[in-house]
Amino acid sequence: MPTPTLPNLALACTALLRRDLTLAMRHRGEMANPLLFFVLVVSLFPLGLGPDSQTLQTIAPGVIWVAALLAALLSLEGIFRSDFEDGSLEQLLLSPHPAALLVLTKVIAHWLVSGLPLILVAPLLGVLLNLPTAAMGALLASLALGTPVLSLIGAIGVALTVGLRRGGVLLSLLVLPLYVPVLIFAASAVADAGIGLAITAQLYFLGALLALALTLAPLAAAAALRISVS
Amino acid sequence: MWTFFHKLASPKYFYDISGRLLPWFATATVLLLLAGLYQGLWVAPADYQQGESYRIMFIHVPAAWMSMFVYMLMAGAGAIGLIWKIKLADIVAASCAPLGASFTFLALVTGSLWGKPMWGAWWVWDARLTSELILLFLYLGYIALQSAIDDTRTAARASTVLALVGVVNIPIIHYSVVWWNTLHQGATVTKMGTPSIATSMLIPLLLMALAFKLYFVTVVLLRARNEVLKRESGSSWVKETLDIK
Repeated sequence: MPTPTLPNLALACTALLRRDLTLAMRHRGEMANPLLFFVLVVSLFPLGLGPDSQTLQTIAPGVIWVAALLAALLSLEGIFRSDFEDGSLEQLLLSPHPAALLVLTKVIAHWLVSGLPLILVAPLLGVLLNLPTAAMGALLASLALGTPVLSLIGAIGVALTVGLRRGGVLLSLLVLPLYVPVLIFAASAVADAGIGLAITAQLYFLGALLALALTLAPLAAAAALRISVS
Repeated sequence: MWTFFHKLASPKYFYDISGRLLPWFATATVLLLLAGLYQGLWVAPADYQQGESYRIMFIHVPAAWMSMFVYMLMAGAGAIGLIWKIKLADIVAASCAPLGASFTFLALVTGSLWGKPMWGAWWVWDARLTSELILLFLYLGYIALQSAIDDTRTAARASTVLALVGVVNIPIIHYSVVWWNTLHQGATVTKMGTPSIATSMLIPLLLMALAFKLYFVTVVLLRARNEVLKRESGSSWVKETLDIK
């Protein structure tokens, strides 16, 4: 008699991660859109404000971060939307594994295809806006700590609105106020690094926000998904 | 004692008892409001620094207090509804939201009216103003989510999750805004010398705060009663009470 196979959490998570990444790789266009949006929004600012390099340098941290926030917002729907439509989300919630961990896996997959590219493109935008070289490291560090928080908090918003037909605008209303702390600490870290100040405090705050979001957001998102799916 | 709460949680009993309490709350609100306004506008002396315009504080400060209190109450009532599946708690939470948003808006408007003569600008990115503005956005998001979902039960549960996320975030947002503010502009205009408040000013302030709270209770009861009738419109007791054949 074959022994019954027990559900294996690690196996389930890696399978889910691989599935989501494969799906993303097969829709590269969708992956590229938020990235293009990010670059476009940032390059609109010099056109609107004039090419004065001094001005651009002062506004660069804020502009890059606000654009990153909006780009992250655009890509959020992808976390759960297609899975909700084809029914695989229900199957995920029915599985014997803790929903919060599966949600976390999905968020990680989403961050890998949407947050990571933002980090890679950001230095280029920094150059476009005359961001001082000293601030580049801070820009990368703040994005590396901040964008996962954006994905995690955003997952709660998507989970709440995924069942609605026009969830898009509502999503931004729900999520953007919650993004305020990340924006404040990250943009000030980049600005301070540009004028040679220490930025450890801001980075610690971002790290704390990330730790908090990592522990609590998956639970809230899982609860919200159960409500949306039921 | 528990039986009392269980009874209170039933829509019919709630409708009954709240109907009997309402006149008392309404009367107390009006009396306190009149007393507070009289004390605040006539009895209290003018401020040695700000002159007469400080008197807007008697509206502004209670409204700001209420804006935060109502959010907590809303999240608490929502959590009770979510955990113990009490319909009435959902109704109370839903009735709180527009009131909380109005208090927040009132606090912002009065703050800006006061800011014009004091700071010389309608709007200053002061830490407290900014976090109040974000609180308004949180309220609006809550209301928008609630009205976007058709099923009342799902709407209540979903918006409660949002409110609870908001409760965790409000202190973080508030302190990050304070921090952001001190970084960007330093303490210049906002550093009003506020020594311990004089008793003649404190009394009207407390009267007004109490009046606002009672006003909130009155209106929330009215809204909740309406909502109870709407949601229970199929049941026999509603038809009996309203005498619908």
